[in-house]
Amino acid sequence: MKRSFESPITLLGARALAPFIMMFGLYVIFHGHYSPGGGFQGGALLAASVLLMRVASGSKTSSLVLSNAITTPMGVLGVFIYFGTGLLAMLLGSNFLDYEGLPIPGLSPEYLRYTGILIIEVGVGLAVMAALVLIYDKMADGEVSS
Amino acid sequence: MIWEFELLLFAFLLFAAIVALEARNLLVSVVMLSVFSFSAALLFAAMGAVDVGFTEAVVGAGVTGILFVIAIHKTSEKTSD
Repeated sequence: MKRSFESPITLLGARALAPFIMMFGLYVIFHGHYSPGGGFQGGALLAASVLLMRVASGSKTSSLVLSNAITTPMGVLGVFIYFGTGLLAMLLGSNFLDYEGLPIPGLSPEYLRYTGILIIEVGVGLAVMAALVLIYDKMADGEVSS
Repeated sequence: MIWEFELLLFAFLLFAAIVALEARNLLVSVVMLSVFSFSAALLFAAMGAVDVGFTEAVVGAGVTGILFVIAIHKTSEKTSD
């Protein structure tokens, strides 16, 4: 594995495939509350598309897709979305993660639950994607190898 | 699902697992583990657990394969035993 060379075919294949994987990941996240899939699977798909570019091209090109420095803030933002939604419902008088207590005006309780689950899924997807890309970055940099 | 197809998938699952255990080259083991994960995902979907199969296909066949390849890149490609 010490030898390494650049192959334009690999790079072209990865560049052609990555946007479609990312699109499918977004589809899985945003349809996860009433069909198979959800935040974790969609986030893992998004991470797979980013990792495909990370593996196929060097770190210089792949940091254009998703910068190394932005993964930790993205993961934190995802966790904040998740717990913010739950704690907001709890502060307004309902239980933790009880979507009926969310302060969105003009929605019936069923649609409040629908929207609440969607918000949760977006937070979970962001956190999972950022965590998986972060693990790869740390491993490839060799910061955890010692 | 058609039971012949499921039987074929089970045989393929066993074959992939044994090759992954016995291979001298660790890169072969990683690829066969990905094949194992994908067969398991197809079987999960055939048994009605679409969500579990989805997770298995994405994580088992996609992300862990890449992480194993990075781990091999950091260490050695051959087994010592």
